[in-house]
Amino acid sequence: MALTNEHIQHRLTEKFGDLVSNFSVLYDMLNFEVSTDQNLKVLQFLYDEADLNFQFLTDLCGVNFPDQIGRELAVVYHLHNLQDNVRIRFKVFTSVASPDVYTASKLFSAANWMERETYDFYGINFIGHSNLKRILNVDEMDYFPLRKEYPLEDQTRIDKDDQMFGRG
Amino acid sequence: MTEHHQHHIKLPEGSIEKQTTTLNVGPTHPATHGVFQNIMELDGEQIVSTEQTVGYIHRAFEKLAERRPLYQVTPITDRLNYCSSPLNNMGWHLTCEKLLGVKTPKRVDYLRIIIMELARISDHLICNSIVGVDTGAYTGFLYVMQYRELIYEIYEEVCGSRLTTNIGRIGGFERNFTNTAFTKLEKFLKEYPKVLKEFQSLFARNRIFMERTIGGGAISAERALNYGFTGPNLRAAGVDYDVRVHSPYSSYEDFNFSIPVGKTGDNYDRFLVRNEEMWQSLSIIEQAYKKVQEFKGADAEIFHADVPEYYLPKKEDVYTKMEALIWHFKIIMGEVDLPKGEVYHSIEAGNGELGFYLISDGGRTPFRLHFRRPCFIYYQAYPELVTGGMLSDAIVTMSSLNLIAGELDA
Amino acid sequence: MSRPVRFNTHPIEAKLSDAISVAEAPDGYAGEGFFTARLSDVVGLARKNSLWPLPFATSCCGIEFMATMGSHYDLARFGSERVGFSPRQCDLLMVMGTISKKMGPVLRQVYLQMAEPRWVLSVGACACSGGIFDTYSVLQGIDQIIPVDVYVPGCPPRPEAILDGFMKIQELVGLESIRRRNSYQYKALMNSYGIE
Repeated sequence: MALTNEHIQHRLTEKFGDLVSNFSVLYDMLNFEVSTDQNLKVLQFLYDEADLNFQFLTDLCGVNFPDQIGRELAVVYHLHNLQDNVRIRFKVFTSVASPDVYTASKLFSAANWMERETYDFYGINFIGHSNLKRILNVDEMDYFPLRKEYPLEDQTRIDKDDQMFGRG
Repeated sequence: MTEHHQHHIKLPEGSIEKQTTTLNVGPTHPATHGVFQNIMELDGEQIVSTEQTVGYIHRAFEKLAERRPLYQVTPITDRLNYCSSPLNNMGWHLTCEKLLGVKTPKRVDYLRIIIMELARISDHLICNSIVGVDTGAYTGFLYVMQYRELIYEIYEEVCGSRLTTNIGRIGGFERNFTNTAFTKLEKFLKEYPKVLKEFQSLFARNRIFMERTIGGGAISAERALNYGFTGPNLRAAGVDYDVRVHSPYSSYEDFNFSIPVGKTGDNYDRFLVRNEEMWQSLSIIEQAYKKVQEFKGADAEIFHADVPEYYLPKKEDVYTKMEALIWHFKIIMGEVDLPKGEVYHSIEAGNGELGFYLISDGGRTPFRLHFRRPCFIYYQAYPELVTGGMLSDAIVTMSSLNLIAGELDA
Repeated sequence: MSRPVRFNTHPIEAKLSDAISVAEAPDGYAGEGFFTARLSDVVGLARKNSLWPLPFATSCCGIEFMATMGSHYDLARFGSERVGFSPRQCDLLMVMGTISKKMGPVLRQVYLQMAEPRWVLSVGACACSGGIFDTYSVLQGIDQIIPVDVYVPGCPPRPEAILDGFMKIQELVGLESIRRRNSYQYKALMNSYGIE
């Protein structure tokens, strides 16, 4: 039996009830939302079950939604079942005040650096990560640059004439 | 008669216990091919542990992309894996086409495949010849660089630039391939197989090269999958996962090619897998070129899909007519709003699955654009690959993994 | 509209005299068995035709440098057959590629380790001024941390452009006065960068 999006949704709601929600199919990929502290359990479930078999972590990234108060930061997981060629995506939301998410690096070694990058860019604290420090930016940086409130350009520049760049 | 003085060297405190030396390799190092730093603990020649530092060329692509409309993001994607820029450009355009729901005609797909496979050949050429340089064989590198010039000439004919190509448009290409482009392609297809055969004969059964590379940097298929390896590094470990076959894009399903797979995932297997992939790419280009030549008459003039909101108007009109000029300006500056949506699309780039995760909230620029960069993900496995081996093997492992700094740090 | 292609439709017979130029001897007074000239001219002539570059290649411009080193564009004919990676042994620091803020101190240290006389060639838009990356993590031009002699613009510059920049460095090297490195203007320049 082919692994369909409905089957995955059915298995997930059967096991987790309303801890998984917001199912939708965008461009043939199943999307859903998981409540913040269940992310590891959902990952483990999707990994272990023989008919689900999502054993490849394609991607892990963060997104900042500044307008959703209480749910500003999201961690997005893309999983791939290589045998049946099915991809799914799920999101976990946390707030800026206490951005704690359990780490997936014990289950997927690939998540190690991807979580460090998400921490570096958004400040999401991955609980249980062995080495959560900045990876791409300078170690002394004291803010999380990819959050929407921070600008792209370097604010300490004195030689750039803002008038010429339309920012005067 | 010589007198031997017994020099009593005073050893520092605790030095008997500390058996290892700390060696800092990089970030400026001729053998790291890019700015990578590894702080290694060595016991003689053997590596006890190593820790990498990356980010020396972090240019904040993802933040930059939030400021730029779709066409302005293409030059950024060029600078990801800069050895094979057209692959990244095409991947980005395919992602945009998925978001916008654009279907490209077959001729466009075949022309895209020609360019993508040429880019793959140029990427694997650099990687394999640099593995040769790191084992001491400089000749192979200089010899094949000459043939990368032929590939650059083909890019120049199509889009005007050599390395960071910014090639193509959403929906196709900026202009039809000229006869000169096809002549250059034929010249490449005629001259290159002999060169590849000669290059292969210098290394593949060369005793010194084999003894240097076999066994170094080996990884098993399970560990490779757990680390998120994709591309030639994963295929060398034994897993035949290739995005072109698994989720075909741009009409790859019309082509007949095989996926080379290795056994042990060591440096030698990676070299052989990349080498064989170059032969497969050459065969795909020949098939695609034959298919393109079958289009006759009006069909042979098609070089883009019909996407009026996102395809730049013809240059002759832009220079002479007012509406075309305004439309060109509007498209480049992103005055056309994107549809809302969330899409993930991936292609088989030179190093593996290059993914683009695009969230659009209906504005003129992406709300969030994340690049799933294969180099970043598989470089995590480097300590596991080199621990226990020797320093010189670690250097060869680093270059055989094909780490491109631009893609790693984005 | 296809543009009329004039690609090599009238190839010229290659003449050896176009490909090789003989370096002119400096002005001087010659006699039997001796030749007097200004020291700076002779030393400049020797130095400029045997510059040993240190390719500090970080990104895409590095690949264009590899093409320049290849046989098609050949940097070796300018005397730079031996590219070195040890700053102690090199004359010319070619910075090719984006320098991020994390890399800045490393670049400065490499520059400080070079022995006088040393020149710096900044290749590519990113090294000259930050290029297209006007972001928080990219150094907007290496001349914020080290003094630069020649800037080569381009993204990436064609190998011909890199060679042109190299030839301009050669001009600077050939015309440099013997006393330049001890002069107070040079010291002032170094002080403005915080280098003793």
